[in-house]
Amino acid sequence: MSAPTRRTIKTDYLARVEGEGAMSVRLVDGRVDEVELRIFEPPRFFEALLRGRSFLEAPDITSRICGICPVAYQMSSINAMEDLCGVEVSEPIRILRRLLYCGEWIESHALHVYMLHAPDFLGYSGAVEMAREHPDAVQRGLALKKTGNELMIVIGGREIHPVNVKVGGFYRAPTRRELLELVEPLERAREAAVETVRWTAGFEFPERAVECELVALADGDAYAIEQGRVVSDRGLGISVHDYGDHFYEEHVARSNALHSRRADGSTYLCGPLARYALSADRLSPLSREVAAEVGLEVPCRDAFRSIVVRSVELVYACDEALRLIADYEEPDAPAAEVEPRAGVGHGVTEAPRGLLYHRYELDGDGTILDAKIVPPTAQNQLAIEEDLRQVVDRYNDLSDDDLRHVCEQAIRNYDPCISCATHFLDLEIERA
Amino acid sequence: MIGVGNAYRGDDAAGREVAKRVQSRVHGELDVVVCELEPSRLIDAWEGAETAVLVDAVSSGAEPSTVHRFDATNEPLPSREFRSSTHALGIGETIELARAIGRLPERVVVFGIEGEVFGSGTALSAHAEAGVERAVELVLEEAGCTSRR
Repeated sequence: MSAPTRRTIKTDYLARVEGEGAMSVRLVDGRVDEVELRIFEPPRFFEALLRGRSFLEAPDITSRICGICPVAYQMSSINAMEDLCGVEVSEPIRILRRLLYCGEWIESHALHVYMLHAPDFLGYSGAVEMAREHPDAVQRGLALKKTGNELMIVIGGREIHPVNVKVGGFYRAPTRRELLELVEPLERAREAAVETVRWTAGFEFPERAVECELVALADGDAYAIEQGRVVSDRGLGISVHDYGDHFYEEHVARSNALHSRRADGSTYLCGPLARYALSADRLSPLSREVAAEVGLEVPCRDAFRSIVVRSVELVYACDEALRLIADYEEPDAPAAEVEPRAGVGHGVTEAPRGLLYHRYELDGDGTILDAKIVPPTAQNQLAIEEDLRQVVDRYNDLSDDDLRHVCEQAIRNYDPCISCATHFLDLEIERA
Repeated sequence: MIGVGNAYRGDDAAGREVAKRVQSRVHGELDVVVCELEPSRLIDAWEGAETAVLVDAVSSGAEPSTVHRFDATNEPLPSREFRSSTHALGIGETIELARAIGRLPERVVVFGIEGEVFGSGTALSAHAEAGVERAVELVLEEAGCTSRR
């Protein structure tokens, strides 16, 4: 019998993803033997850092986990604290939170669609190379991102790591007039977002389907962003309180990130594809129209087409922000009073790249005794690896360089935020 | 003049510190911006300016406290000092992006302060502090504001 032919495809530094990770794929006799997505950012000690701190500090501390989705961290931690402490916030505060989150979706999706993902489809090694031949598209992406920044500045106090958010509401509520100044830029951004959908839908896509369960939040008649129940396309429908009964995390040696699984060990996917599959009928009429115009089906299980789904969500985020501004009345107080309680609180929101779950245990004076944070990229890591396996099987006749490129693109389809996903490695010491 | 950096990562804040000190010296004759590294924010910050002077911390292996000066008007920043970041776009890439879409000022000068400690924290190392002091004078000179005290 002849010796098996081995082929290894490696990328030591993944470009155009948030954070630092690497990938390696091993083929034996042309079939995938092993696929690894390695995450090796220095472990981040946020969960441990939170212990002993006041529950009021969690939004600001956790927002520092990520410069791309700080609002997601703030909102998930706030949901958890308010869940435990029994806080009901007023309608204007609810509106401001959703509006702030729309700002983050616009910022994050514009960055990913234009600067990180589009170059893959147009055959450029990065945004700079793409900008030389597609300056108008890049201008459009920057303008969109700028509008997201403006929303974040007016409501959150600045464009990255907002400082105006607190448990119970905000330190200061913006005036109606301040928000009305955002209407014109948002209307222009909505136009740009519609153009973005048409532009990305014109890219070439390999026809592929993600098989696993799709998990997202559902929030009544709204397209879920800042709150909701956890649902799936296979019948899951639970309150965030029961998250721990249906999902678990395990540590894998090669990665500083934990891998999430469903309780039965199976893989699931969250993020734009899952949200669109489960809630497309709750999108605004304009977002649905544009999706229909470009033939984006519901559900869309093609991870390569996630760029089109993100673009549709960009239209929605602009549209929804405009609706929220029209509905906004200045609140009597910028924040509700919050009294700490002993116990456990849970919070979950839709970060731009998927579900972000927080769980906190507090003592009676509001000191954090324990914290658990499950970021979207940890939830998606298994699905990404499974998808990579299929991508390699399908494209294994390509040269190493071309196969590497397809693999990198397949990873970027999920907009992974590796900075968010890193956890401290559990260390086991064996003594003889 | 734009000071770039993360306020909570030790010497990474050097560029921000330079901007704050320059601001207190120039009394409005220079537009001073302090920001984190974010492409659309940077490109907006220099919009309409004839000259942009950027200050950021670098880690190139040179002696800590060294202040490098680069003219990015006609050519990209050297990759040794401004290594491309895996975290979206770095300062060098942002300059090239702006050049490609015609949104770069006529003249762009970048000062890089060689840092030493980039861990969590808000304090500058003594070396970075020395670099900051020198960079403040260099920025004022570059902008023609040397007489201000």
